[in-house]
Amino acid sequence: MIQLVPRQATSTAWQVATPVLAVLATMVAGGLLFAAMGHEPVAAIRTIFWDPLFGPAASYSRPQLLVKAAPLILIASGLAIGFRAGIWNIGAEGQYIIGGITGGAVALAAYPADGPWIFPAMVLAGMAGGWAWGMIPALLRNWFGASEILVSLMLVYVAQRVAAWMAFGPMRNPEGFGMPGSRNLQQYPAAANPELISGTGAHWGVVAAAVAVLATWFLMSRHIRGFHIRAAGTAPRAARFAGVNPATLVAFCLGLSGALAGAAGLFEVAGPAGQITDTLGTGYGFTAIIVAFLGRLHPVGILLAGLLLALTYIGGELAQLTMQLPAASVQVFQGMLLFFLLGFDLLTRFQIRRRVLA
Amino acid sequence: MTKGTNLTKAAVFRATGIGKSYPGVRANDDVSFAVAEGEIHALLGENGAGKSTLVKMIYGLVRPDQGQMWLGDAPHHPADPRAARAAGVAMVFQHFSLFDALTVAENIALGMENPPPRRELATRITQVSHDFGLPLNPSRRIVTLSAGERQRVEIIRCLLQNPRLLIMDEPTSVLTPQEAELLFATLRKLAARGTAILYISHKLDEIRSHCDRATILRHGRVVDSCDPRAHTARELAAMMVGSEMRLIDRTGRRAGDMVLRVENLSRSAPTAEGTALKGVNLTLRAGEILGIGGVAGNGQEELLAALSGEARSIPGSVTLEGRDLSALGPEPRREAGLLAAPEDRLGHAAVPDFSLTENTLLTAGARKGLVRRGLIDHAGARRYAESVISAFDVRIPGPGTAARALSGGNLQKFVIGREVMQAPRVLVVNQPTWGVDAGAAAAVRQSLLDLARKGAGVIVISQDLDELLELSDRFCALNEGRLSDPVPTEGLTLDRIGLMLGGAHGMEEARL
Repeated sequence: MIQLVPRQATSTAWQVATPVLAVLATMVAGGLLFAAMGHEPVAAIRTIFWDPLFGPAASYSRPQLLVKAAPLILIASGLAIGFRAGIWNIGAEGQYIIGGITGGAVALAAYPADGPWIFPAMVLAGMAGGWAWGMIPALLRNWFGASEILVSLMLVYVAQRVAAWMAFGPMRNPEGFGMPGSRNLQQYPAAANPELISGTGAHWGVVAAAVAVLATWFLMSRHIRGFHIRAAGTAPRAARFAGVNPATLVAFCLGLSGALAGAAGLFEVAGPAGQITDTLGTGYGFTAIIVAFLGRLHPVGILLAGLLLALTYIGGELAQLTMQLPAASVQVFQGMLLFFLLGFDLLTRFQIRRRVLA
Repeated sequence: MTKGTNLTKAAVFRATGIGKSYPGVRANDDVSFAVAEGEIHALLGENGAGKSTLVKMIYGLVRPDQGQMWLGDAPHHPADPRAARAAGVAMVFQHFSLFDALTVAENIALGMENPPPRRELATRITQVSHDFGLPLNPSRRIVTLSAGERQRVEIIRCLLQNPRLLIMDEPTSVLTPQEAELLFATLRKLAARGTAILYISHKLDEIRSHCDRATILRHGRVVDSCDPRAHTARELAAMMVGSEMRLIDRTGRRAGDMVLRVENLSRSAPTAEGTALKGVNLTLRAGEILGIGGVAGNGQEELLAALSGEARSIPGSVTLEGRDLSALGPEPRREAGLLAAPEDRLGHAAVPDFSLTENTLLTAGARKGLVRRGLIDHAGARRYAESVISAFDVRIPGPGTAARALSGGNLQKFVIGREVMQAPRVLVVNQPTWGVDAGAAAAVRQSLLDLARKGAGVIVISQDLDELLELSDRFCALNEGRLSDPVPTEGLTLDRIGLMLGGAHGMEEARL
C-alpha cells in the first residue's frame, strides 16, 4: 500500500519539478484524449506546442506569443501577490473588463483631440477602474467579512453586463452604422497601443508586463511590505505581531491586482482588440490564475508560465485550423494543466512511502 | 543500566539497547531501563535529550532501529498506537487532542476502540473519576473546561483502558500547584493498584517529591538512574545538563523611574474562547521585574496583545515614559521602546517557514536599522541573526535555518534574544520558558535579569511559579482577566501564591 507522509521541509527540487511534471502529464493526457477523438496524438501535441514557434506559419504566430502572454503575466503578477498573502482575488477578469472600459472611456471622451497626455491618462484611468473594481470585494470583506472569493467572482458577471451595456449604449461608435462596439482606437493615433517593434508583437502592455515582473520581484524580495505579505500568508498571527494590519493588507492586495488587471484590459482595448465590445473579456483574468500557480507565485515562474499558456492559446487555435480540433480543446488543456499541477503539488509537501503491512 | 531497580516487584516494562537515528541525529543510543509494577518512574532530560523519541517508540508512533522492549514477559514492538494500546500502554500527551464543541463523554468515546453505549460510558466515567479523585461531569462541553479539567478527560480516557503502563508527557505544565497535587494523588492511587507510570518532566522538585525512580537521559543516552528523593534538585539538574548549573544572578539591580503605566485597561474578549481584560492597572519601574502569575487562558495572551500593540485600547491606558501608546500599533510601540515576546513561538513570535535571518525582520526592522525607507537590508538582518545566535547560544547550523526546524529551547532563546538585543525600555514576555529544557530556561531567565540590570523594565507572564519567584521583584496574579494588586516577592510561599491565583477549578469538589 502507498502512504503519504508529510515532509519535514518543503522540497525546493520538487517546487521546480512539479510545474514541469504537470506540463508533461498534460501533454500525455491531452495526447490520449486526442487519440480517443480520432486524431494523431503526436501531431496534435506538436501542433500546439511546437508549430506556433517553429512551424511553417511561425512568422505569423510567433508575435502573437507576446500579445497573449503580456496580459496573462501582467494580471498574474498582481494575483500572485495576493495569493501569497492568502487573499484570493478570483475576479481579475472583471477588473480587466472594467479597466478596459474606464481607460477606453478617456480616449472616447478625448476624441478627436491630439496630445501626448492622452495615452498615459488612459493607462491611469484603466488602472483606476480595475483598482476600484477590486476594492469592492476588499471593502466588503473588511466591513462585513464577506468572502472576497465569491464577491470578486460574482463581480466578473456584473462587469460583463457593464461591457455589453457600454458597447450597445453610451460608448457605441456614432459612426458605426448601428453596429455594437465603440470607435476603433487603433485608428486613433493618440490613443492607440501599437506594435512598438515590427514583427515582435511587443506593445506597451508587453513593456508593462516586464516592468510588473521586475517590480513584483523587488516588492516580494527586497521590500518590507513584500516580507509582510509573505508572513501574513503563512503565519497570520506572526504578521499581526510584526505590525501588519490585516484590513490594510486586504485592500492593498485586491487593489494592486485590480489595478494591474485594469491596465491589462486597457492595453488590450487600445491595442489588439481595438475597441470596447460586449466580448471584451476573453478569459485572460481566469487563465492568469493558472499562470500564477504554474509559476509558483514567483515573478520569474510567472513569466515562463505566461509564455507557456500563451503558447497553448495560439497552438490551440492553430490545431483548430489545421486539424479541426474542437475549440474547447484549449480550455480542456489549460484545465488539465491546473489539475495536474495541484495534484503533483502534493509531492512538495508529502513524500510517498510504501506502507509495510504489519 | 537497570542497577538498583526494585527487584521485589516485577518489571512491567523493560527496554534494552534501544537505538533510533534520524538524519544527522542519534536520538536514542543504547537506552536500557525498566519500570516496575506500581512505580512512578521519571524520565528526566533536557529538550532534545531523546525523551520524546523514546516514549513515542513505546507508544508505537516511532519504530526503534535497534534494541528490544518487553511488556511483562511478551516482546513489545507495536506497529502503531492502536497495537500499543491493545498491549496495555496508554499515553497522555502534553498537547490535548480534544474537540471543543463535543462533551466529555463524546470525546472519550471518540478515542476508544470499541466504545460502550453512551449511558454505560457515562456511568463508567463517573465511576472512574470518583475512584481516582478526578471530578469530571461527563456531559459538559470541552470548551467550558479549564486546562486541568481537560487533562482529566485525557487521563480518564486512558484509565478506561486499564493500562499496565501509563505514559505522561509533562502533565503539570498547565496546572496550578493545587491541581498538580490532585494529579499526583491520582497517580499514587493508580500506582497502588499496580499500574506502572512513566513520567516525563523537567520540573525537578515535583520529580523529587513524587517519583520513585528516575532515569536521566542526555544526548540520547542513559547517563544515570537514581532515586530522585535522595538527591537535591541541583544534583539532578547537574546530571541532566552534564555540568554544574549556573546560579541565577539577581544582583546589581535597583528600581529607577517609572517606565510603564497601565491604567484601567479593558478589552472585550477577541474570540469566543478568549478572555476579556477587566480594568487592569499596573506600574513598572526601570530595573524592575514584575511577575504576573496565573493559569493560561485567564487573559495572559490578551494582556500581551494589548501591550504589544496587536490590540489597541482607550487613550491613556498604556503609557511608556509619559508617552501615550494606547492608540499605536506594534511597530510604533517598538520604536518607542516597548517590546514583547508572545507565548506561542511558532506562528506568533516567529514565522515557522522563514529562516532566522528573515525572522529578525519581524520585530527588529526599525530599532536595528534592518529596514530603511521600506527597503530590507538582508546582509544586516543576517548579521543581526548571527549575533543573536552567538550571544544566546542558539544551537543550529546557521541563520538560514527555518524556525520550525529548531527545538523549543533553541527557538525560545532566539526569540528572547531578538528582543533583548534591541535594548528595549520595557520588555513583556509571556511564558518565556514553557516547554524549554533546564539549560535554555536558565539562560533565558538570566538574560531577562541582565536586561533589567541595564535599566529596562521587564514584565514576565508565566504559569511557572518557581520561575516567577526566582525572577520577579513584585508578583501579581491574573485571574479571569483581572489583575490583582502586586505584592513583594520576598517571603512569598507557593501556597500563598496558589491562593492568590484562585483559578483552581473543581478544587472544593475534589477535597470532599
